Order: sequence, then structure tokens, then C-alpha cells
Amino acid sequence: MASSGSDTGGGKAAFYDVDGTLVRSNVVHTYGYYAMNGGSLGGIAARTLGAVASVPVFMGLDLIDRKTFNEFFYRYYAGISEDRLITLAEEMFEDRMKKAIFPKARDLIDEARRAGCRIVLVTGALDFTVRPIARFLGADDLIANRMQFVGGVATGRVIPPIIEGANKAVAIREYCVKSGIALDKSHAYSDSASDYAMLCVVGRPTAVNPDVRLRSLARAYQWPIVDLR
Amino acid sequence: MRHPLKTLRRLYDEESHVVMTEKGSPPRVIFSGEDFLLEDLPVGTRVIFAKPPMAPVPNLKAAIRWAINHPEEMDPLHALLRPGMKVTVALDDISLPLPPMRTPDVRQSVCEIVLGLLADSGVDDVHLIVATGLHRRMTEGEMRRMVGDEIFDAYHPDRFYNHDAEDPDGIVVLETTPHGDLVALNRRAAESDLVVYVNLNLVPMDGGHKSLATGLGTYESLRPHHNARTIRESESYMEPSRSMLHTHMQRIGRVIDKHLKVFHIETAINNRMFDGPVAFLGKKEEDYTEFDRLKFQGMKFALSKMPRAAKRKLFMEIPAGYETIGVHAGATEPTHDKTLDLCWKQYSVPVDGPSDIVIFGVPYISPYNVNSILNPLLVQVMGLGYLFNLNRGVPLVKKGGVIILCHPCNDEFDPEHHPSYIEFFHRLLPETRDAQVLGDKYEREFAENPSYTHLYRKGHAYHGAHPFYMWYWGENGRQWVGKTIAVGTENNHVPEILGWERADTLSEAIDQARTFMGRGATISFAHIPPILQTDVRPPGRKKALGPGA
Repeated sequence: MASSGSDTGGGKAAFYDVDGTLVRSNVVHTYGYYAMNGGSLGGIAARTLGAVASVPVFMGLDLIDRKTFNEFFYRYYAGISEDRLITLAEEMFEDRMKKAIFPKARDLIDEARRAGCRIVLVTGALDFTVRPIARFLGADDLIANRMQFVGGVATGRVIPPIIEGANKAVAIREYCVKSGIALDKSHAYSDSASDYAMLCVVGRPTAVNPDVRLRSLARAYQWPIVDLR
Repeated sequence: MRHPLKTLRRLYDEESHVVMTEKGSPPRVIFSGEDFLLEDLPVGTRVIFAKPPMAPVPNLKAAIRWAINHPEEMDPLHALLRPGMKVTVALDDISLPLPPMRTPDVRQSVCEIVLGLLADSGVDDVHLIVATGLHRRMTEGEMRRMVGDEIFDAYHPDRFYNHDAEDPDGIVVLETTPHGDLVALNRRAAESDLVVYVNLNLVPMDGGHKSLATGLGTYESLRPHHNARTIRESESYMEPSRSMLHTHMQRIGRVIDKHLKVFHIETAINNRMFDGPVAFLGKKEEDYTEFDRLKFQGMKFALSKMPRAAKRKLFMEIPAGYETIGVHAGATEPTHDKTLDLCWKQYSVPVDGPSDIVIFGVPYISPYNVNSILNPLLVQVMGLGYLFNLNRGVPLVKKGGVIILCHPCNDEFDPEHHPSYIEFFHRLLPETRDAQVLGDKYEREFAENPSYTHLYRKGHAYHGAHPFYMWYWGENGRQWVGKTIAVGTENNHVPEILGWERADTLSEAIDQARTFMGRGATISFAHIPPILQTDVRPPGRKKALGPGA
């Protein structure tokens, strides 16, 4: 778990999933960018072809379990240097991600800030890919997965605990305890039913651009539904 | 010489608004949400009907021109204009009238004349703002319908838009009154050389200082008066002189008038809520023709076969045939006084004394669910907020009496328009129904909930604080009545959460009410809609209580 910023709690916080919630992208798009910009021509071809060939596996894993999907998927980063990943993250943000941020995402965050919430992004993406977005949106903190590096080179393994599914709820709970934030006064925003635990752990959950399953859950539990698209 | 039949007809229309139910009286048509009940009322039940619609002004555009050229205690509008000045035209939102009137809406007629005059006077910096207050934003289609294609195409979206009470850059604080009322207003209006307010007055609580103070205000500026205490201190909602809410409004309005030049154009409409194929709904059942009865039975049968959403859609598609009965313009208070006179003339029905039991049908629409669902909280506000308060002097129901509301109380909310209502109803009301406690404990939390704020600003949701106002609005009714019984409810939990009893049928409800009030309890049925307001003459008095009584 990566965390930046101070730990001074403000009483309540707003926790945002990123992919699909604030940004029109996901980890596959992100990796695609790395694959297409990854060093030699041979390397680019190998990574791109490898990723394309694995699409059926990705789809199957995503259906079964998002955590397994991410663990499997992040192996594709193995062998890329940390400097390169950080540089590419900045470039990717300017080239792709900035444009992919939903137009009303900033409004939603501004409204939470005006209501006195700490702004925290909680994502299963890798921290270096999300940090530019967090900075751009003015987030106070970032809870994200961290890649393991050995000798400045990515091993393709994520440092546990992996921030995904139920673990997002655990991470949020820990963050609140550490920062003196009341869970029941805090807000959480996500687009996916896979974040059900994260939404349930706070007192004020909201479904954002929800998928079919989450929309149905939000209706059942009478959570507000927001469309940022 | 007047035709004797016409004279008789006029006398009948004017004098027979109160009918005592006899053995041969026809069954009454009672609204119950998107359906109707057809009920025989007990012998002796007093049925109170609305007055027939007043005659409209013969030439609406001429009436508007006359009003703005002969305003109350102000110079004519054309004399206030100078080239290059900054003008904001604020308009009432879709909550008025109910249902929306047939096009052209009277606001369109007023805007066409005012905007033409502004253009002729070299005033180009003109914005039109829908004074939504904390109501939902109107959709583009609704805005287009309200002002017509020509104005909409010329001004929307840059110069014709909804007020945003949560826009941090769009609000200006003018001052705080010595009584602690914060006066905050839409920045564009506050920085204009002239504000023209185009009002549509449905009931006497609308219009006047309330238009600008709430329509272009903010949550913080509404907070000092939109609360349980102010409502409890208001003897009457419909009589500004006896309403603490209006006392606040007057204080705030006078501050606004001190800072801004405001030219009010107020329009009053008659109560022609139903016309065309459903015109019979505005009649006494005694006056139904065979064809009317046939139409009613056909409609009732068709409605019984339709899903609720389809019924709602059908009703929302039927515009009202309202006609304008008067236009007044000028300074806020004298203009509004003239409008109020017209309102009372149309709605006031004198009745002798209050009743122990009062029956109301709750229709499918309220000011807060045009093109949406009348959810349980809105059923409550219709029953104990509006219908209970449609009176002058004293309520139609005796203190400690019983109100019977006909509505299925279906547990259905519109998540697009009323997201905060859902949480209020299902999370807060089961905890307490005390309006003061609810306000103190939860109102600010809801008002500042970023999801609700976002849905208010970017979607079409009522403000997070709005469900509280709905609950405060029913406060005097709750304090006054001994019991509220909902008839034909499709569940037990909604009436229970609201603190009401339920009954399957109206006769069962009347039995329950008589058990509570005694077998000799008097019963009244207020045949609303169309709108009427009772002028209740307390027992022993010769005249109904009027303004200032």
C-alpha cells in the first residue's frame, strides 16, 4: 500500500476508485501504453503480442476474480526499469489519462473538498501510474498497489497486500484508524460491483457510472447513483 | 336584461360550493395517486367544492403591457431601461403551476414582451435565470417548453440557465439582517442594474419577496427560516401576515430591494386544472352528464389495467388549461398584494366551522414531482403540508381531529430527482419523526453530502437538504391533528414510518376515525383538485375570518 501526504485526519474522507470511476481507462489500457512504449522494437512487439495473445486469459480471470487478474497481469511489467516506468507514467498521463478523466470528476471531488472531506484515491492500479492523476485532481492521499523492484528493475510482483476487492475495504479502514477519520461519516465512490466491500465499509457509499451489477446493488441498498460521463 | 337561466346558473356556481351529502347524493370521485376512488360518503358529510374558474383577461399580451406600463409604486419598465445596462430576468421554475399549463406558458408571454422591450431599448446584456432555489434543475426540454423555441434558441445555454445555489463563484452575500437572516443571492442577479422577476402565482404562499429570496438564494440563506421552529411559529402558511416564514421573507426581501432594483411582474391564474376530455374532473358529481360518467368509468377501468409508470406518464402528459386572470407589476409588496387579492377571489370558499374528520384525495402531483414520482415523503407534504394548510383563519379539521388521506403510499422514489429523500425516509424517519431533532442532527450532513450536492448541481436532483424542508412543511399538520389515516395503502411500513394509521377502504377509515372522535363526529370532504382554500368561520361567528382576522 502506498500512501503519501500527512496523516492529520479531518474527521471525514472521500475515497475514490479511479479506473472507470474518475477516469475512462483501466489497468489494461495502462499496460498497453507501456507495452507500446517499452524500449526496443523487439521488446515492443514481444510485449504487445504477448498481451494480445493473453486477452482470453485476462477476460476469464477478470470474470473469476479481479485480484487474481491483477496479480497475473502485473507480471507483464517484469524487466522494465523503475525510472522508465515513472517517466512513462508522466508521459502517459499527459498523452492519454488527462483526456480520459471524466469531465465532471473534478466537480465531484471539489464538492467533497468543500464539504470538508480528505480526498483519497483507492485503486488497484500501480502507484506510479496513478500518482500524476492524484496530483492533478488534488488528492490528499493515494492508496494503490506497489510494484516490487529489485536493483531498480520491476519484478512483476506486487508488494502485498494487493489493493483490490475486499482488501480495499481493509486499506480504507486502516487509513481511517491511522488518520482519525470516522468511517461512518466518510464517502466512497466506485463504478464496479467488485468494489462492493469498499462501498459497504463507509457510511456514505455512492455508485459512479455503475456497471449492471453495481447499479442493481445501488438500487437495492438505495445508494445514490452519479453519472460523471 | 340578463337571461334568467344564466342568472340561475351563475348563482348556482357561486353559491353552491358546499354540499351536504344526502341519501341520493352521487358517489364522489376522489384522487388516490394515479388512480381514483369512487366512494359514497356518509349522509351528513359536508363536501366542499372549488369555485368555478374565473374569467381570464381578454387579451393577455395587452394585460402584460398595461401592467408594465402602469406598475405599482415604480416607474414603468421602459423608463427603467437605458442602453448598455445589465439586466437579469428571473423566472419561477417548473414547480408552478400544477400540472404545467398548456403552451404558451404565461411566462413565455411575459418574456416575449419584456425581452422585446429590452432589445428595443438597447439592452443587450440580458440573462434569464430559472429561480430554482434548492429545487432540481429543469431539463432543457422543460426550459424550452416554458419560454418557447424562439427564446430558448436565442438564450440557452449561455444566457438562459438554472440557478445554482452551490456554485462557490456564483453567489454573493449582501448582508445579514439584525435578526440573523443571511441575505445571499445569485451573483449575476446581484450584480445586475435591474432584475425583472417573472412570477406565476398558484397559491397565496407563492410570490412576493419569497420569489427572489428563496429562488435565487442558497442553503445558508434559507437555513434561518426553512426550519422546524419557523414553521411552528407560523399560524398560517397561506396568509403572509400570519406566517413567520413570510416575516423572514419580508425582512430579506427588503434588504434585497435596498441593494438591487427589482421589478416584479406577477401573474395570477384561475383554477382550470382540467379541461378537454378530462374537464369533468373539475365538476361537481351532481353536474356530471351521462357521457361524463361513461368517460370516468372508462378512465378508471383503463387506469386499473395500466402499470403505475405508464399511468404517471399519461397524467404528466396532460397539461392544465389554466388561464391568466390578472397581471400586476412594479414594486414587490404592492404588486403582490394585488396578486393575493386575485388568488383569494379564485380559491376562497367560505365554510361554517371546522370538522372532526376531514377527507382529502391526494393526487399524483405536487410542486416537487413534476415528471417524477410522488414518493412517500411527498405524500406526507401534500397531506399535512399543502392540503391541511389550504385555508384562511383556522384549519378545516378541528384541533385533535382526524385527517383521512386517500393514497396508496407506494414505497417508490425517483433516484434521479429525489436521492436524498430515500435516505431521509428509510434511515432517518425510523429513528425519529421529531422535526427539530432531525434538523439539528442531520440537516447539515445531508446538505453537505458531496454526492447529493453533485446530483443537485450536475444532475436533476433536489438539494440534499430538501427532504428536511418537506418534513418541516408537514410539522403544523402533525402537531394539529390527533390522527392521520391513509386509505388503500399497498403496504404497512410507509404509513408506519410516517406515524400514520392505515385502512383498506375509505369506509373502514371513517369507522376508525369515528371510533377515535366519537360516533357523532362531523365529516368534511375537500374536493381537491381543483385547488380551493377554505375560509373557515369558527362556530358562533357570522363572517369567515379574513386577512388580519
